[in-house]
Amino acid sequence: MDWQPLLLTFKLASITSIILLVVALPVAYWLAFGKFKARGIVEAIIGMPLVLPPSVIGFYLLLAFSPSYWFGAWIEKMIGLRLVFSFPGLVIASIIYSLPFMVYPLRAGLQSLPVSLQEASYTLGKGKFETFYKILLPNCKPAVLTAFVLTFAHTVGEFGVVLMIGGNIPGVTKVASVAIYNEVEALNYTAANQYALVLFAITFSILLMVYSINNRLLRVRQPA
Amino acid sequence: MSDNQLEIHIEHVLETANGKLPMQISLSVELGSILAVTGPSGSGKTTLLRQLAGLVSPVSGHISHGNKTWLDTFLKTNMPTQKRNIGFVFQGYALFPHLTVRENLTFALEKGAKTGIIDELLNDIDLIKLADRKPFQLSGGQQQRVALARALVRKPDLLLLDEPLSALDHSLRGNLQELILKFHREYGFTMIIVTHDLGEIFRLANQVAVLEDGKIVRHGTPSEIYLPNENTKDVVLYGKVLTCITFPDHIFVRAVIQQNIQELKLPLHLASGIKPGCSFALGYELGNAEIKMIDL
Repeated sequence: MDWQPLLLTFKLASITSIILLVVALPVAYWLAFGKFKARGIVEAIIGMPLVLPPSVIGFYLLLAFSPSYWFGAWIEKMIGLRLVFSFPGLVIASIIYSLPFMVYPLRAGLQSLPVSLQEASYTLGKGKFETFYKILLPNCKPAVLTAFVLTFAHTVGEFGVVLMIGGNIPGVTKVASVAIYNEVEALNYTAANQYALVLFAITFSILLMVYSINNRLLRVRQPA
Repeated sequence: MSDNQLEIHIEHVLETANGKLPMQISLSVELGSILAVTGPSGSGKTTLLRQLAGLVSPVSGHISHGNKTWLDTFLKTNMPTQKRNIGFVFQGYALFPHLTVRENLTFALEKGAKTGIIDELLNDIDLIKLADRKPFQLSGGQQQRVALARALVRKPDLLLLDEPLSALDHSLRGNLQELILKFHREYGFTMIIVTHDLGEIFRLANQVAVLEDGKIVRHGTPSEIYLPNENTKDVVLYGKVLTCITFPDHIFVRAVIQQNIQELKLPLHLASGIKPGCSFALGYELGNAEIKMIDL
């Protein structure tokens, strides 16, 4: 069995999840506590990948990333990077595609904390940033873990978007889900089954681990 | 503006269960004194504390502490909570669940401040032996002491307490009141405490302000507010309601008054809002033996 598509899948999922965590934290904080009129619009845009067919997102990203259009041309001119049919392009597409899976659990976690924790920290002279990473974040560890893993798992399961903008280049854009599709198309069911089984086993183990850890974290917080 | 007063003049809109209510407070508190704020729920007590802390901005108004202006909506100045040097003891304690008792206190230290005060406070609240425990491993009374000590780490100019003792039993309340007074003597802060407990008001406060529907309806020393006029020979009894049954023309109340269970038949208009658990002061005018409810 060729392990390359699987390794590529987990490389893509890891990089996407890490970058997305950094990007999504301020967004989630802003959505949880910000008082802005434009909030509804931002929420709707972030939530689009939940409802749109992946091929729609993939199609527009394909246009955006293509050097024949201004964004792709501009990126290529500025940093010499071609986003279409390349790994960096896949990462950016995955970030957009998985954004709600990271932002929503983080926002829910932040909102579930009593407001008095934040206020107590302010009355003790601490600013918003210090309050965020020293008080709020440590108290919503289960939400952070859930968000990270959901994003990771969602990126592992990505297919339509990858196919649209990444194509099928071995070692660059041919991730496991695409490899399975190819093997099925070629009536090579044994290979398809191998990929599918490995994906199934690994994602199940990850989810099992997360729920066990979360249950333990939540139990610790219950009064004795 | 006076240099030794906390001046509060604010206008706001209270969001209550019965709709919006205008709030108008004008109050000056001598620095270093203790003011109790009392009144029915929804009258704006907590909102007032939160405005003083800078957690809520009133629609318009002016708040100054000594010669420092904390808020002036006309001049568009609003000093952030972090800079007001206040201590706030929240109703639900608001201890940080992921930090130990000691860490909860240390978190409050300013950068570069001496750490000696942490052990001092832990000793004062008698929790030095439990300093490595997390808040959920402590009893309610212990958590309350941690919240109080944490609010004092920065040696605040103004200590705000939002019904800090309401969840504690009688003897614990006494101990904590003692502790609050000790800290007040030691640190000399100004203190504003929201409370329903008359015993507490008499024990702690120099002044009391009674709030109703967003306005101060009475303001003075506890004796001026609750005790009948000194010229008359009235007697005031303090008690706690155990049960009450409403009849068409009166309310029948069983209450603990001076450690005895007494039965009272009160006219409806005097006892509206009475319910089991609430404290009251009962004034007897000896002349005509008429019962009148002074406060609920």
